[in-house]
Amino acid sequence: MAGHFEAIAGGGAAVALDEVEISILRSLAVQLLELIGPGDEPDADADPLAALFAEGPSEPPSDPALRRLFPDAYGDDSEELRAAAADFRRYTENDLRARKREDALVVVRAMDALSAEALGEGGAVLKLTPDESRAWLGTLNDLRLTIATRLEITEDEESERLYRLPDSDPRKPMVMAYLWLGALQESLVETLMS
Amino acid sequence: MSVAPVEIERTESAEEVSAVVEPDVPWVTLVHNDPVNLMSYVTYVFQTYFGYSKDKAHKLMLDVHHKGRAVVSSGTREEMERDVQAMHGYGLWATLSQDRG
Repeated sequence: MAGHFEAIAGGGAAVALDEVEISILRSLAVQLLELIGPGDEPDADADPLAALFAEGPSEPPSDPALRRLFPDAYGDDSEELRAAAADFRRYTENDLRARKREDALVVVRAMDALSAEALGEGGAVLKLTPDESRAWLGTLNDLRLTIATRLEITEDEESERLYRLPDSDPRKPMVMAYLWLGALQESLVETLMS
Repeated sequence: MSVAPVEIERTESAEEVSAVVEPDVPWVTLVHNDPVNLMSYVTYVFQTYFGYSKDKAHKLMLDVHHKGRAVVSSGTREEMERDVQAMHGYGLWATLSQDRG
């Protein structure tokens, strides 16, 4: 089971993680939370009714990773389409940010619980319900999209070149994390399709 | 044998109507290829969200991968905005556009 998810009886998935892996997953999920951030949403303690009607941003995020997580919904061939994309973003981006944050929080909380369990044992088995599996799938994917943007993976061939980086390359640890997250995600998808 | 003329008449009147009323050109959701999303994950998304069969979802995924993009659904503009929003939620790169043939 080490390194990949397996389906468990009654639905859901399980994977054995060591202390280092738990700490890396937690750290990456926290970084993702910080990246997604609160956006332009009003404060949590603001008037809830005002929050409900608050509009999101109309411009794409300047950070390329965020732009990949929150892409334009329309092409940009004309003024009309750019206006439609701005409208779409204004009404959907805040919701999307909130959902991605919730997924990442599921991962952070699971890693907090598991690191207590793994203490002195060297590792522990993470067990996910089907709902938690879906949240994990979302966060693993968001993390891979984010890391790929940082690594500037824009073509299919580029990722293959990165797999052959020498150990001395400063990008190597991020590439290793990217590959590991991909293997985790691939095995988690399999448990959901079975 | 008297059915055909009636049908022709109907077609003519339908054409008259559509000449006056703004034609309802359908919209489509396009998913674009990217080097990050796993093929298995994209197939999973098409099956889960659209309820497509494994074969159809797999074929659409391959279309995206080989052709650079594929139409994954069609309908009204509102429906396609919903689909695009869902695809973004899954981390797929999707856009909607009017299908002008």
